[in-house]
Amino acid sequence: MYVAVKGGERAIDEAHKLLDKERRGDPATPEMGVGQIREQLGLAVDRIMCEGSLYDPELAALALKQAQGDVVEAVFLLRAYRTTLPRLAASLPVETEEMDVRRRISASFKDLPGGQVLGPTFDYTHRLLDFGLLGGERAADLPDAPAPDASGAEEEGGGNRLSGIASLLAREGLAEASEDDGSVPGDLTRDPLVYPADRSLRLQALARGDEGFVLSMGYSTQRGFGSGHPFAGEIRMGGVEVEIAPEELGFPVALGEITLTECQMLFKDTGDAVRPPQFARGYGLAFGRCERKAMAMALVDRALRVQEFGDAVKGPAQDQEFVLSHCDNVEASGFVQHLKLPHHVDFQAELESLRRLRASRESRKDDAAKGEEAC
Amino acid sequence: MSLLARSPREAVERAVKTLPDQVAYGFLRRPETGLCMVRGRIGGTGPAFNLGEMTMTRCVVRTADGRVGYGYVAGRDRRHAELAAYCDALLQDEAARPGLDALLLAPLRGELARRRERRTAETRATRVEFFTLVRGEDHNG
Repeated sequence: MYVAVKGGERAIDEAHKLLDKERRGDPATPEMGVGQIREQLGLAVDRIMCEGSLYDPELAALALKQAQGDVVEAVFLLRAYRTTLPRLAASLPVETEEMDVRRRISASFKDLPGGQVLGPTFDYTHRLLDFGLLGGERAADLPDAPAPDASGAEEEGGGNRLSGIASLLAREGLAEASEDDGSVPGDLTRDPLVYPADRSLRLQALARGDEGFVLSMGYSTQRGFGSGHPFAGEIRMGGVEVEIAPEELGFPVALGEITLTECQMLFKDTGDAVRPPQFARGYGLAFGRCERKAMAMALVDRALRVQEFGDAVKGPAQDQEFVLSHCDNVEASGFVQHLKLPHHVDFQAELESLRRLRASRESRKDDAAKGEEAC
Repeated sequence: MSLLARSPREAVERAVKTLPDQVAYGFLRRPETGLCMVRGRIGGTGPAFNLGEMTMTRCVVRTADGRVGYGYVAGRDRRHAELAAYCDALLQDEAARPGLDALLLAPLRGELARRRERRTAETRATRVEFFTLVRGEDHNG
């Protein structure tokens, strides 16, 4: 239990002033603009949108600036802002098969229709520090854009549209099919999670879950605390159109395009009386460019389907209460950091209790010594 | 409407300024910023799940001659939603549509197509064919 305390207003004001000063750093260095953060620290911005569960690159960049680069604090700022806005609509489900693809790879199929498209990736870089960036980039150093190549782009109706590998496999019956049954998904921002949570709620929780936590859980399944050997069936990143169907119009309209990363993991399933032998799927989908997160999410999604597949339970990644109750970094950070709040009364009580225990222990010792003497 | 939503506000503003006849309008619903819950599909093709929210702004205008226009845009730009609603109202006039298509929509369509082409070319330049090195195919052996 913690109690309200009074006083300290002046110290708190000064602490906040000092925080502002720290945020700005040395005034001799140029101040960072939110636009610069959005454009040049885009992956941090994407992660904040993903875990903040709010797609708005400008606000995520602002949050990162205000939080001095502390991503979890920035996520908290975004979540707090979100609560000030009304929910105006829910979108129609986005169609990731229609994605304007900027990256699409498969580790399972060498020759997939449309080919492997590397896109902007850290893969194949040598992870050597680029000291050239230390001195500032000149415009002349930036790579030229390739000449527009309309060949092939038009054949699929503009943009870079590629068929999804999982649905290609599903058509052949080699991977489990996933069809829309029209069910309305649960929403953990409206109703508290109740266990067992269905797959739609689990995916919602994982999509906004802390990348580090989800990554470690996914990793644990690979190291033997989970469900079989995964294959990265497909990873794709690109622009997806978001549509809503406002009641006043009666037909769908597009709000705009957002960037998403999607991962389809494939796991061998030898089948049973009901299921034929095929590849089961783990699914990851997240805001922005966040491949590591989407892959880890897909691993954990499959691990959490333990009941469906009758898996042997080998690790915490298969325990949905463990995973879902601990994957949210705003909740986790709040509960860990609440320990900083004054617990004076609690602590005083524990202190008193320890003193009493010590006193009774001492008196027991004395009694025992007296007893021995008496013998 | 999709075109108006997907084009940057500056581009819509520019295109609207080129129109010869500006029409007076008032708000039926002032620009309002809120949230849209973005839904995905389980497994990419299956039932819906709630992925996360995005900011959106909506607006409804009525022109002096009684046409009602709706604007829905991603983000928090109230002016963008207002412009989208205004253009939507103008486009309700069937007779004016061909002219508006040429002056208002064609430049926006062109700009989006150019942006997409540039992006597609950049992406396509990173397309790769991986070769598998097969063991035991030594022609001398």
